[in-house]
Amino acid sequence: MSDPMQEIMASFFIECEELHESLVDALQLLADGESDIETINVAFRAVHSIKGGAGAFGLDALVDFAHQFETVMDACRSGTLSIDTPLNELFLRCSDMLSDLIRCSRDGEDVDAATSTGLIAELSGYVPSEDEGEVEEIEFQPMVLDLGELGPGSDALPMDLPPLDLPSLDDSDETEAPELGPSDKARLAVEFRAEGELYESGNEPLFLIKALADLGRCETKLTLDPPKSIDDLNTLGSRLSWNIVVETDMPPTAVHEIFEFAEGLCKLNVVAIPGSAAALTKDVSTEVPVEAAESSAPAPAEAQSSNTPDAPAAAPAPASKPEEPAPIPKPAAAKAPEKAATTPPKTSPTVRVDLERIERLVNLVGELVINQAMLSQSIAEENIPPNSPVSAGLDEFMQLTRNIQESVMMIRAQPVKSLFQRMSRIVRESSAAVDKTVKLVTDGENTEIDKTAIERLADPLTHMIRNAVDHGLEDAETRIAQGKSKQGEIKLRAAHKSGRVLIEVSDDGAGINREKVKSKAMEKGLIPDEAILSDSEIDQLLFLPGFSTATEVSNLSGRGVGMDVVKTQITSLGGRVTIESTPGAGTTFAISLPLTLAVLDGMVITVAQETLVIPLNAIVETLSLSVDDLKPVAGGQSVLCVREQFVPVLDLGVELGYREEAPMQDGTIALLISPEEGVLVALLVDTIEDQRQVVIKGMQESYGRVPGVAAATILGDGQIALILDPNDLVQNATGDDLVITQKKAS
Amino acid sequence: MSLSVLAVDDSRTMRDMINLALRTEGFDVHLADDGEHGLEVLDDIDPDVIITDINMPRLDGFGFIDAVRLREDTRTTPILVLTTESSAELKTKARTAGATGWIVKPFAQDKLVRALKMVAG
Repeated sequence: MSDPMQEIMASFFIECEELHESLVDALQLLADGESDIETINVAFRAVHSIKGGAGAFGLDALVDFAHQFETVMDACRSGTLSIDTPLNELFLRCSDMLSDLIRCSRDGEDVDAATSTGLIAELSGYVPSEDEGEVEEIEFQPMVLDLGELGPGSDALPMDLPPLDLPSLDDSDETEAPELGPSDKARLAVEFRAEGELYESGNEPLFLIKALADLGRCETKLTLDPPKSIDDLNTLGSRLSWNIVVETDMPPTAVHEIFEFAEGLCKLNVVAIPGSAAALTKDVSTEVPVEAAESSAPAPAEAQSSNTPDAPAAAPAPASKPEEPAPIPKPAAAKAPEKAATTPPKTSPTVRVDLERIERLVNLVGELVINQAMLSQSIAEENIPPNSPVSAGLDEFMQLTRNIQESVMMIRAQPVKSLFQRMSRIVRESSAAVDKTVKLVTDGENTEIDKTAIERLADPLTHMIRNAVDHGLEDAETRIAQGKSKQGEIKLRAAHKSGRVLIEVSDDGAGINREKVKSKAMEKGLIPDEAILSDSEIDQLLFLPGFSTATEVSNLSGRGVGMDVVKTQITSLGGRVTIESTPGAGTTFAISLPLTLAVLDGMVITVAQETLVIPLNAIVETLSLSVDDLKPVAGGQSVLCVREQFVPVLDLGVELGYREEAPMQDGTIALLISPEEGVLVALLVDTIEDQRQVVIKGMQESYGRVPGVAAATILGDGQIALILDPNDLVQNATGDDLVITQKKAS
Repeated sequence: MSLSVLAVDDSRTMRDMINLALRTEGFDVHLADDGEHGLEVLDDIDPDVIITDINMPRLDGFGFIDAVRLREDTRTTPILVLTTESSAELKTKARTAGATGWIVKPFAQDKLVRALKMVAG
C-alpha cells in the first residue's frame, strides 16, 4: 500500500462501513418512530459523505445512487416530504443497496444494475432527479476554477456582468493608465474596484492580482479615492481600484474565473485588446476610465503604481482591512451552542492501526506470556522463599503480563453492533421471502468480541436467523389464532457472561416440534427406533449432519446447509451452541464464545507421562477417585456415580492411544466435562499439574484438523503440549451414543 | 514560508485527501472533524486559510463560518467552502455566511491549490 491514494481509498471503504452503520441506525430509529430532527440529518450526512468520497474516486455507480438517495432524504430533512412507512421501507432497501454498491466498488465486482436502477426510479418518484448530465455540467464547469484548461463548457460562462459604473472621474488623468510598450501580444484590460464586502468575505485583492499575473505580464495601476470630507468618511467603504493590463491570449472569461469568488463583491470590467495593435492601448484608456489620485491622499505611497503586482502595490489593502468591523449574520451563530447541547457526546478519538501490526503485537504478547511462565517455573525450581524480593517481583511481573495481555486483546475487540446490523438486513430479506412480518429486536450491541470472531459469526448467525424466520415463526394466521401478535419477533442479544460472550437468537414462534423431530431422526436412521430421549436431547438432534425438518424445502433456509454446519462453525471459534425451546412460546439458540481466540485458561494435566492442556471452561468439576467409584456397565464401559447421576467414563490415555486399558488405581483424577447442556462425561487423567494461561498455537496449517485436539501450546519449561477439545474428543470416542447411553442408564 | 491550512470535514476520506493534496504541495495542514472541533483547533493555531465542509454533525459549515467571523483573530481569514452542490443558491448561502470562496467536490489537486492561492497568496 505504498500509493497514498490506494491507502486513502482503503480507508474510504472502512469509513463507508461506519457511515453505513450510522445510516442503518438512523433509519431504524425512524422506523421505530423514535427519531428526532437530528436523526434524518445523520442519515443524510452519512449518504452525503459516502457520495462525496465516492466522487473523489470516480465510483460513478455509487455516486449516482447516493445522489438520488440523498436528494430524497434532503427533501425529508427540509420538511417538503414526510417519512411514512413505505418511504422508510424504501430507505431501508436503498440502504441495503448502498451497502452492496460499496462492497462491489471495493471488490471491483459487478453491480446489480437492475435493482439499483429500480430503486433510483422509486426514489425519483418522490423527488424527480434533476435530469440530464449536460445541464449540470455547464453549471458545474465554472466552479472548478479550471483556469489553465478551458474546456468547451467555459464558453457557456455567463457574461452578463454589470457594466462598470465608477464615480466621477477626471479625464485628464488618462495619462496615468498603465503604459505598455508596443506589443504584438493580445492583452486584456481589467478594471477592478473592490467593494467593502469583498474584504469582509476574506478576499484579498493582492492574491487576485497575483493570480492575474499568472496569465501573463501585468501592468498595474492603483487608484485611491480618499474621502472628500469628514461626512464622506465611511469606514466600511472601499477606496481602492486597480487598472491592470495583462499580456495574454486568454479570453476575458479567464479573468472572470480568477475573480469568481469576488464577483458581485466588486466592480469588474474586462476588455480584450487584440494583438499587434499598439494603437489600441489608447482606446483602452478612454474606454476604461481611470480614477484620479488626489493630491490630498492621506498616504501618498499608496497611490504608487507598480510594474509588478507585488506586495508594495497591494499593501494598502490589508492595511484597510482591520478597520472594517465585519457585519456578521447573527441568527446561525446563536443557534450553534444549542445545537451542540442536543448532539450526543463526541466519540473518543481513535487511531487506525494496520491489522498486521496488531497481530504482531498479539504474537509478541503470546511469547511474553510463555516467557513469563518459563521464568516462573525456573524460579520455583530454585526454591526461592515466597516472601523474597524475587518472588514478589515475579508476582508483579505476572500481574503486568496479564494486564498487557488483556489490553492487547481489547485492541482486537469490537462491538457486535456491525454484525447485528447485518442481521437486520437478513431479517428484512428473509421475512419478505416467506411473506411474514418480523421485527428484529437487538440488545447488547456494544458487547465487544474479537474481530475475527465477528467476521466468522456472520455465516452461522445468518443461517440461524433465516431458520428462525422460516421455521421458528408461524405464519400470520396461525399466530393470530394462537392469540399472538401478527408480527413475529426475533431477538438478538449479546452479553458478557462469566468470561465468555453469550449471543442469543430467540424467536417467539411455535417452539420445536419434538415429536416431528424425533420421528424424522428415526426415519433417517439417525437414532435407533427404540431410543428414549429427553426434550433437550431431541433438540440436540437438530445439530446432526443431514437433519432437516422442513417437509417442503423452502427457498430460504432449506439449501442443504444444516444446523450441523452452524455448530461446526461455532465450535471452530472455540464456542458452544445450545438450544432451549418451549412449545408455543419460541426457541432460543445460545452461542457461547471465548473472549479471545489467542489465549485460554487451561488445566495442565498428565496422562501416561504425556502433558496435555484442557480448556478450563470445559471442566465442570474435578474429582479424586477410589477404585470403588467406578461401576462397570454392559459393553465394557464404566460409569461413575456423581450425586446420584451416572456419568460415562472415558480414559484419556486409552482414548488418545497413549496406553492400553489398565485397571484403575486409587487417586486417579476424573475431570467432569459437560459437552452439552445437562450432560456430563468424566475424563480420567493421571495428575493435575497446574492451572494457567496458555497461548494457543494453531496446528491446522501444518497438520490439518486433528480429532480431539484443538491446538498446541508451549509450556513454561519449553515443552510443547497439545490443547484438547474435550467435546470433540467425547464425540469421536463414542459418537453421540455415549450421551444417549448415559441417559438410558440413568 | 509555507501557508497553513485548517481543513474541517467530518469525512475521514475527505480529510485524508485534502491532507495528501496539500502536504505534497508544501502546505502546513491542520485537520478537524466538525465545526466544533474546528473552533477548538483555532484556539491553538492561526491558519492562513480555512477549508470547511457544510454538512457536518454538531456544528455545520454555516455555523462554523459564523463563529469564525465572530472571532477577533479570524475575522478576515479566508474561508473556502467544500461542497458537492454547485447551485447558485448554495454559493449565495456560502457567501452570506461569510465564506471567501468555494470548491466543488470532487476536486483535483491543482484546482484546490489554485483556489487556495487565490484567497491566501
